[in-house]
Amino acid sequence: MSAIEISKIVIGILILIGALLSVVSSIGLIRLPDLYNRTHAATKSATLGILAILLGAFLFFWIVDGYISARLLLGIAFVFVTAPVGGHLIGRAAYNTKVPLWEKSVQDDLKNKQKQRVEG
Amino acid sequence: MKTNDTILQTVTKVLVFVILAFSIFIFFAGHNNPGGGFIGGLITAAAIVLLMLAFDMKTVKKIIPFDYKKIIAVGLIFAVGTGVGSFFFDAPFLTHAHDYFDLWFLGKTHLATALLFDIGVYLVVVAVTLTIIQTIGEDE
Repeated sequence: MSAIEISKIVIGILILIGALLSVVSSIGLIRLPDLYNRTHAATKSATLGILAILLGAFLFFWIVDGYISARLLLGIAFVFVTAPVGGHLIGRAAYNTKVPLWEKSVQDDLKNKQKQRVEG
Repeated sequence: MKTNDTILQTVTKVLVFVILAFSIFIFFAGHNNPGGGFIGGLITAAAIVLLMLAFDMKTVKKIIPFDYKKIIAVGLIFAVGTGVGSFFFDAPFLTHAHDYFDLWFLGKTHLATALLFDIGVYLVVVAVTLTIIQTIGEDE
C-alpha cells in the first residue's frame, strides 16, 4: 500500500469519528435532562467532531490534492476557541434568567453568590 | 447590574483580528476564488458587531471614530469613479482594464481596476450594515 492509500484510510477514520461524535452530541441534546447538561453535550462533543471533520478535510486536500488550505486550519482554531465560549455564554445567560437545574442536582454553588450580589 | 464579561471580552479581543484578517483575505481572493467585496464587507461588519456585543456602543464608537454615512458616500464615489474613469481613455462606461505590474514588495502582481470598484462595494456594504445596526441599537 502506498503512503497515499494509508493516509486516505486515516482521513476516512477521522471523518467517521467526527460524524460519530456529532451524532453522539445530538443524541445527548435529546436525552439529557436540563439545559446545562445539554450545553455540556452540545459544546464539547460537537466541537471535537467538527475539529475531526475539518482536520480530515485539511489532510485530504493536503495529501491527495497537494493544496494546503489555510482556511481550514483557521477554521479549526476558530471553532476550537469560539464554541466553548458560546456554550459558556448560553449557560450563564440561562442561569441569570433563573432556568431551573435538573431536580436531581445536589449542589448549586452559585446560589449564595447570586443572593450576595442582589443584597450588596 | 454590572456583569462580569471577562471571558467574552478577552476572546473578542483576539478573534476580532482573525475575523478582520479573514475578511481582507476574502476581499482580495474575490478575483479568482469565491469571495469579493460584498461578502468581505459583511465579514468586516460582523467583526465590528462582535465588538459592539462584547463591549458597548460608546466604546466601539470611540475606537472606530468614523461617520458611517460618509463612508457610504466614499464607497459610491469609488464605484462611480471607476466607471467615469474609463471615459478618459475613450472607452464606454465601466470599462475595466488590467495588467501585470512589478511591485517591489509583492513581485509580479495582477492589478485590475475592478479592485477599485470592489473597494467601493466593500465600503458601502460595511457602512450600510453598521448604520442599520447602530441606529437600531441606539434607539432608547
